[in-house]
Amino acid sequence: MSVIHDLFFDYTLRNIALGSMLLGIVSGVLGSYAVLRRQGLLGDTLSHAALPGIVLAFILTGSRTSIVLLFGAGIAGWIGTLILLRTVKNTKLSEDTMLGVVLSTFYGLGILLLTWVQGQNNANQAGLDRYLFGQAASIIASDVVTFFVLGVAALIVVFLLYKEFKLLSFDPEFAYSIGFPVKYLDILLTSLIVVAVMIGLQTVGVVLMAAMVIGPGTAARQWTDRMGVMLLLAGFFGAAAGVTGAVLSVQASRLPTGPMIILALTAIVLVSIFFAPNRGILPDAIRRRRQREAIRRTGVPMGLPEVPQ
Amino acid sequence: MKKNGNGIRIADETAAVTVHDLTVAYRDDPVLWDVDLSIPTGTLTAIIGPNGAGKSTLLKAILGLVPMASGTVEIFGHTSSKQRRLVGYVPQRGSVDWSFPTNALDIVTMGTYSQLGWIRRPGKAERERAMHALEQVGMADFANRQISQLSGGQQQRVFLARALVQDAELYFMDEPFVGVDAATERAIVTLLQELRDRGKTVVAVHHDLESAPEYFDWLVLLNVRKIASGPFNKTFTADNLARAYGGNMNLLKLRELERAAS
Repeated sequence: MSVIHDLFFDYTLRNIALGSMLLGIVSGVLGSYAVLRRQGLLGDTLSHAALPGIVLAFILTGSRTSIVLLFGAGIAGWIGTLILLRTVKNTKLSEDTMLGVVLSTFYGLGILLLTWVQGQNNANQAGLDRYLFGQAASIIASDVVTFFVLGVAALIVVFLLYKEFKLLSFDPEFAYSIGFPVKYLDILLTSLIVVAVMIGLQTVGVVLMAAMVIGPGTAARQWTDRMGVMLLLAGFFGAAAGVTGAVLSVQASRLPTGPMIILALTAIVLVSIFFAPNRGILPDAIRRRRQREAIRRTGVPMGLPEVPQ
Repeated sequence: MKKNGNGIRIADETAAVTVHDLTVAYRDDPVLWDVDLSIPTGTLTAIIGPNGAGKSTLLKAILGLVPMASGTVEIFGHTSSKQRRLVGYVPQRGSVDWSFPTNALDIVTMGTYSQLGWIRRPGKAERERAMHALEQVGMADFANRQISQLSGGQQQRVFLARALVQDAELYFMDEPFVGVDAATERAIVTLLQELRDRGKTVVAVHHDLESAPEYFDWLVLLNVRKIASGPFNKTFTADNLARAYGGNMNLLKLRELERAAS
């Protein structure tokens, strides 16, 4: 029971677990939209694009406070995404091509800047590289407050604009035709995914952040055919992966938290893909097998409609 | 002059749609070139032309979904984009992802969103209206069906119901009969004719030259340029069809179609 006790009373674990949980909820809910809109790689591009922003924010301000760096990350990620969406729209290049180009260009630039800063004799730069793979142990109480404020703000917008974002995700042309400003809604929704990525950078890092965006929504979609339920489930799965990963890494293994969270999430995704009642691989195989047996036994498939007399 | 629902004759000097000098070009080739046309209120209008004639693009340009290189579009005499609220749009079925996690009733309820405005969620009244629209298209039994489990014809009817809920004055439909069985096509046509008889204007992209004369009363023949437009019987001539379809149609066949239509 000491794990549960520590979860509430151990300062370090509590901050890590809370931060990871907030990250899981926010990236789960917002990432669901990326899953629904088939923009799975958007999170990947966005988080890699954030790296030069983090380093530039440090170079410009000399500050290592997470809020400053995260805003640098957010702005750079946002610019990368905008470049991506604009070029796909205005050129003949395909989206996956541009994802690759933007992702690697920004990431390369980020690594260059990072190496340059580390070469300077500035003691203050130590720890900037934690944004590559995340370092949950560095999360302190004020970070948790930052995550909380950002995350709750994003979730409130999703709650208020639930109907608008649903319409945008399902049928943007129809949304436009009935008078909704589709372009601005699109930018707003993408910006909210930027917020989710900002929350995740310190915990899981730019390299693994994509999984936090896609994973919970992918798992949630397996269990339900209703969008509202999918968003809630994705938030729950994200939170569960966050807390599980935090506890396992801090208490059990002394292994890094970010990768542990991603592995916990992968477990949830795999279970969902295999065992979800309607869409899972296993129940589906069982249904096929039953049908084959019914045909063999009776010569008539189950569920065959009657021919009207 | 035409009759509205109460049988009272109302003047309709204002056309439902007026298009001036419309040109749409994607990069090099114009998709639509210098199109001028006017569709009177209360008609059931077919847009007919060969593949690549710009039929869908014409609808989308009128709705503002594709940028116009030049030209103006008036809906009931005004160019303002606010006029879009008078328009119901039934896109091609293939334009959306039908694996989206929701049911038929929810899709139809989307037709109420413009009246609801920002933030407000649909409630009981909106769902009842959506249910009524589903009944009109014969889909009431499928209200709670996951949309990926609907057949192509059923999906088309769900889109139609979504437009009906909008209670628009002017409807644009992009190939409403594609992938639909004969009974469903019959049901949809009857519904469109009822809309027209209630004073609404319906504009549909249509492919089948055989059935068109029976369904529609106004015609726009299109092949990048506007070839002809006007009352169906006067416009649906072998000459016009030959000009729209170029050498791809047998003139004897076209004369046959013209005779059958008149």
